[in-house]
Amino acid sequence: MASGTSAAATGGEKAPPTLGQKGWDWAEALPWLVLVGALFTFPGYLALGCQVIVMIIFALSLDLVLGYAGIITLGHAALFGTGAYAAGMLSAHGGWNEPITGLLFAGAVAGLVGFASGWFLLRYRGLTLLMLTLATAILLQELANTLALYTGGFDGLLGIAIDPLLGRFDNDLFRQNYYVYGLCVLFVLFLVVRRIVTSPFGQSLVGIRENVQRMNAIGAPVHGRLVAVYTIAAAIAGIAGGLFAQMHAFVTLQVMGFQLSGAVLIAVILGGAGRLYGAFIGATIYVILEDQLAKLSPEFWEFGVGLVLVATVMFARRGLFGVAEDIARLGKRRS
Amino acid sequence: MLSAAVSILFDGLAYAMILFIIAVGLSITMGMMNFVNLAHGVFAAAGGYATVTMMRAWELPFLAALPMAFLIVGATSVIFERLLYAPLYRRSELDQVLMTIGFVFMAIGAFTYVWGPNPLGIELPPYLRGQVDLGFRSFPTYRLFMIGIGFAMILALWLTFERTLLGARIRAAVDNRRMAQSLGINVGRLFTLTFAVGSGLAAVGGGLAVELIGLRPIFAIQNLVLFLIVVSVGGLGSIRGAFLAALLLGIIDTAGKYVWPAGGGFFIYAVTVAVLLSKPEGLYGKRD
Repeated sequence: MASGTSAAATGGEKAPPTLGQKGWDWAEALPWLVLVGALFTFPGYLALGCQVIVMIIFALSLDLVLGYAGIITLGHAALFGTGAYAAGMLSAHGGWNEPITGLLFAGAVAGLVGFASGWFLLRYRGLTLLMLTLATAILLQELANTLALYTGGFDGLLGIAIDPLLGRFDNDLFRQNYYVYGLCVLFVLFLVVRRIVTSPFGQSLVGIRENVQRMNAIGAPVHGRLVAVYTIAAAIAGIAGGLFAQMHAFVTLQVMGFQLSGAVLIAVILGGAGRLYGAFIGATIYVILEDQLAKLSPEFWEFGVGLVLVATVMFARRGLFGVAEDIARLGKRRS
Repeated sequence: MLSAAVSILFDGLAYAMILFIIAVGLSITMGMMNFVNLAHGVFAAAGGYATVTMMRAWELPFLAALPMAFLIVGATSVIFERLLYAPLYRRSELDQVLMTIGFVFMAIGAFTYVWGPNPLGIELPPYLRGQVDLGFRSFPTYRLFMIGIGFAMILALWLTFERTLLGARIRAAVDNRRMAQSLGINVGRLFTLTFAVGSGLAAVGGGLAVELIGLRPIFAIQNLVLFLIVVSVGGLGSIRGAFLAALLLGIIDTAGKYVWPAGGGFFIYAVTVAVLLSKPEGLYGKRD
């Protein structure tokens, strides 16, 4: 697994261009260099780094659903939480402690839940869809609360004991191994998401986002496409949740809470929805800001994050990424 | 058994009244402008805090603090409507969702800063405490009082809506905004007025809710889902729908928690999902 990091930094450019896939830009190596570089420049902050990586994966999943397919959901944490509980319970009750298969299991369970709920919910749009995603997420949270015998309910799920990675690398005090592990998972999932959004399938999702009627009119299977992308995103969110459960060896009901659904929405919007690397910027800034401001005082954090969100919507609708693009364009025009 | 059923109906009715008073303004404003407003609970929380502050600092009686809360919050809400809501009327749902979530977070931070994170309570006047004997059995006075206020408000709202020119204009604007506009109704101003009254009503509901569901800075987010459920299950812009949905949810929630305390919260969400899956526009929503 340790060798995976160097591939994460440089492997990108080697990917052969395939049908519909955009070539790789050199600039795309930058976020990966930063993430790998953090391993050496901030060795004392890797626990926070682990949170950042979990959040990036989760934000990527929401970006796929929200940024590309235009599905507005207020319940994305339900899928994250499903993955967290799946990975946690597999270890706590199933006694299966191997981490990588645990993640796959988390992704599969969350994908299944995503498929089942998406099948029903994605026929609707607008406020109805918003309410349905919100209510379904709370329904799942209540379910986890009710099944306290299995999930630990309000007290949280204890007894998760994850084996060392590949039988060798333990979850050490400084989280170095888990940071690398998370980074590898992120890279693999990123390749999947990147492949999806550059494929004809991804293009049709953008079409649905922009104009459903027209997509219906040209005979695109709108419902099927939406359910498909929702299922994939659910599996990715579940893997993020599974990673979270393995890193903390503890799962509480908050992993399904509205606060988390809101947080990931903010991360995606802050970075810029519908652009892959927006999730990286948004999630990183969100987690670091939360860590720093919450140390100061929780009410400053809440007020601050609210202000950032309001300001983003009012003045920088395309997120930080969009702002950066505007500045770059302005610079080009001047020169 | 029968006595339990009466208790459930009674408590559920009192709860439903709070839900209705808070959510009815949201239903009408959302019906009129199709604005997805997740921040309505902020005004209810503000009403709760205004009531508590007026009773503690100014020693105003409870029954005087409630109308004051209506006026103060209603008037203040206009500022927010002009400043934050108005620029987003023509923007996408997502923008509206995001801005209002941001507004909720800012309000939570501000409430925590001023009033602290702990739950606040009020001292009810003696005549609202204790029990009242209604002949066949006795009921808590405060809940009876809430049911009374609730029905008075429903009557007043219904009369305004069905019997006055203002009500007719609001109904017209909810039904078809463009048509109403071309008939010379100033929908923008009408909306501001409705928004103010709706926020004021939410403030009264918030003041009433302090005793029943408590008041903490996260009130707005804690109960956001309930208000939205009342609106979407009832159908946007329908007073009748909001009332029926509040009644349904209030009674089902109370019954659920009575029958099955551990998992009782489950039921209203199940009902919500079921209603919305079968009638996406809500019980009395307009179809478009």
